[in-house]
Amino acid sequence: MAIPVIYNLRSVKARWTSAVVAVLGIAGTVGVFVAMLSLARGFRATLVSSGSADNAIVMRGGATTEMMSFITVESVKILQDAPGVAHGDSGPLITSEAVAVAPFPLKSTGTDANVQVRGVSANVLTIRKNVKLIQGRMFQPGLTELVVGKNASSSYAGLTVGNTVDFGGGHWHVVGVFDAGGSAFDSEVWCDARVLDDVYKRPPNLFQSATVHLDSANSYQQFKDNVTSDPRLNVDVSREVDYYAKQSTAMTRLITILGGLVAFVMGIGAVFGALNTMYSAVAERGREIATMRALGFGGPSVVVSFLIEAFLISFIGGALGCLAVLPLNGLTTGAMNWQTFSHLAFAFRITPGLLIGGMIFSLIMGFVGGLPPAMRAAWRPVAVALREL
Amino acid sequence: MVRVDGNGTSQSLIQVRNLGKTYRRGGEDIHVLQELNLDVDKGDFVAFMGPSGSGKTTLLNLLGGLDVPTRGTVTVAGDEITHMSAGKLTAWRARHVGFIFQMYNLIPVLTAFQNVELPLLLTSLSKAERRKHVETALAVVGLGERMNHYPRQLSGGQEQRVAIARAIVADPTFLLCDEPTGDLDRKSADEIMELITRLVREYGKTVLMVTHDPVVARRADITLHLEKGVLVEAREPHSIAAEV
Ligand SMILES: Nc1ncnc2c1ncn2[C@@H]1O[C@H](COP(=O)(O)OP(=O)(O)OP(=O)(O)O)[C@@H](O)[C@H]1O
Ligand SMILES: [Mg+2]
Repeated sequence: MAIPVIYNLRSVKARWTSAVVAVLGIAGTVGVFVAMLSLARGFRATLVSSGSADNAIVMRGGATTEMMSFITVESVKILQDAPGVAHGDSGPLITSEAVAVAPFPLKSTGTDANVQVRGVSANVLTIRKNVKLIQGRMFQPGLTELVVGKNASSSYAGLTVGNTVDFGGGHWHVVGVFDAGGSAFDSEVWCDARVLDDVYKRPPNLFQSATVHLDSANSYQQFKDNVTSDPRLNVDVSREVDYYAKQSTAMTRLITILGGLVAFVMGIGAVFGALNTMYSAVAERGREIATMRALGFGGPSVVVSFLIEAFLISFIGGALGCLAVLPLNGLTTGAMNWQTFSHLAFAFRITPGLLIGGMIFSLIMGFVGGLPPAMRAAWRPVAVALREL
Repeated sequence: MVRVDGNGTSQSLIQVRNLGKTYRRGGEDIHVLQELNLDVDKGDFVAFMGPSGSGKTTLLNLLGGLDVPTRGTVTVAGDEITHMSAGKLTAWRARHVGFIFQMYNLIPVLTAFQNVELPLLLTSLSKAERRKHVETALAVVGLGERMNHYPRQLSGGQEQRVAIARAIVADPTFLLCDEPTGDLDRKSADEIMELITRLVREYGKTVLMVTHDPVVARRADITLHLEKGVLVEAREPHSIAAEV
């Protein structure tokens, strides 16, 4: 049997002041690690939840974002009749859209940030079923009226029902607020696409994308094949959910890499903290270790025992770090969406998987910081160590 | 029968032949033990004396498999330990040697019970059996009531008694004591020596003990002096006293 774990537990407790450095170092590192990754998760989840599997977004062939795409009204008419497109009371469920960005002052800082303005068709709510009006009414086609996402409404000054705002050379009335279920649309401002074209002095009857609601998610392939093979059209088709997921990858990767880098650098510091704590533990307990070796505990038992102690310390650190950042979960923050050059609100998303990842990270730091001191403890000649006071 | 001339029979429990230990320090060789011979039988009680630095601790370390000699052999109960691998030697120590140190060397964060239980964790005994053995050992040293005390809650003499319980709990082949009373007052020292003597007389233990104290040494069957790297038998008890 190995050296009892109670020995390590009580030793850590008896010398807790020396363990504090290691615990705090690891806690800080794990906290930053989990927080950064939860940002990436939150950002991604927000964008992914914007799309639906049974919607398809159509853009000009070769365009990767709506900003770089255009679609003519003639093309939209062809799309309407494509197989797989669902029909509602007022005809085919298709919204032809135009986008722009407009600066609005952030309530929090008072500085301007870009808000994505999306011109849509009046039937958009039957196509994006996760979007619901929660206040006021829908805009009236042909009028310079706005409905605003709930995050946009709460984050920017002036975007409240009954208010009037100026942008793009137009004079706009805010008539409603919608809830898009925490998706990217919540950070947007919607209006009639034709009015947007008009106000921004863009050619009429020119849109940037069209989104259709399909009979079912399974109709996607049929719709896509038909539309992309139509000689009158030069378009690319994506599932809406894939389109938004793809938008999130660059930012998610950036946050993940940055977060990983920061955590790595902090991790090196934390490992040195753990090394320091464990080396002094080994040094202070030289005679205890030698006594146990004299009693017949082998070198491997000693290594395992001190590794357990390092794990114990790093586990406490990891758990503290996780607990410290847990209140961030659900907290809303904002960042630039570089795909649309507009501000996007999203929430930290701390998942059980992330917490487990953070704990594993802390144990790795404990292992790296604990192994060299543990080896030294085991390799020290017993006869020499016994002479220590 | 204890002999130092190297002519003991192969029946002796402990046989030391031509044992040498040389330390290197600052490019200089220090010959601490040279061609040392010793035979000890089961149930013998041997005291080692000698001036500070004469190599008494070094000798005990070699006998207990805590250190390896430069030359010569140590054989215990037929096992030659001087050529064992480190791992085997560790297992051998657990099985055959009970150590008693001057500074007791109890683990401060463990209770008396847990300290005494340590050697049993290396055996295949069940938890219940271990408990029985620990209780017996602590009863032998008269500390049955102090099982749950931590070392800092005990007096020096009591700590040493816990250490003795720990040394005997796994019933080792022999006990090695390095100045077991060196840190104790006269009264506690007498109690400890009473206990060790009882272990020899009543329980038939084999004990090899280093001491500076002639009064303590007199408890043993024989006192051996470490002089210039070899052991010599003491002449008269009072002449030992005069020497020290
Ligand atoms: N690891 C070592 N390296 C070098 N020299 C050592 C080492 N260990 C012991 N010595 C030397 O060996 C000699 C014998 O030491 P040892 O501890 O065996 O003496 P001792 O008889 O037990 O002394 P004391 O009565 O003071 O305990 C001393 O000169 C000591 O300095
Ligand atoms: Mg000594």
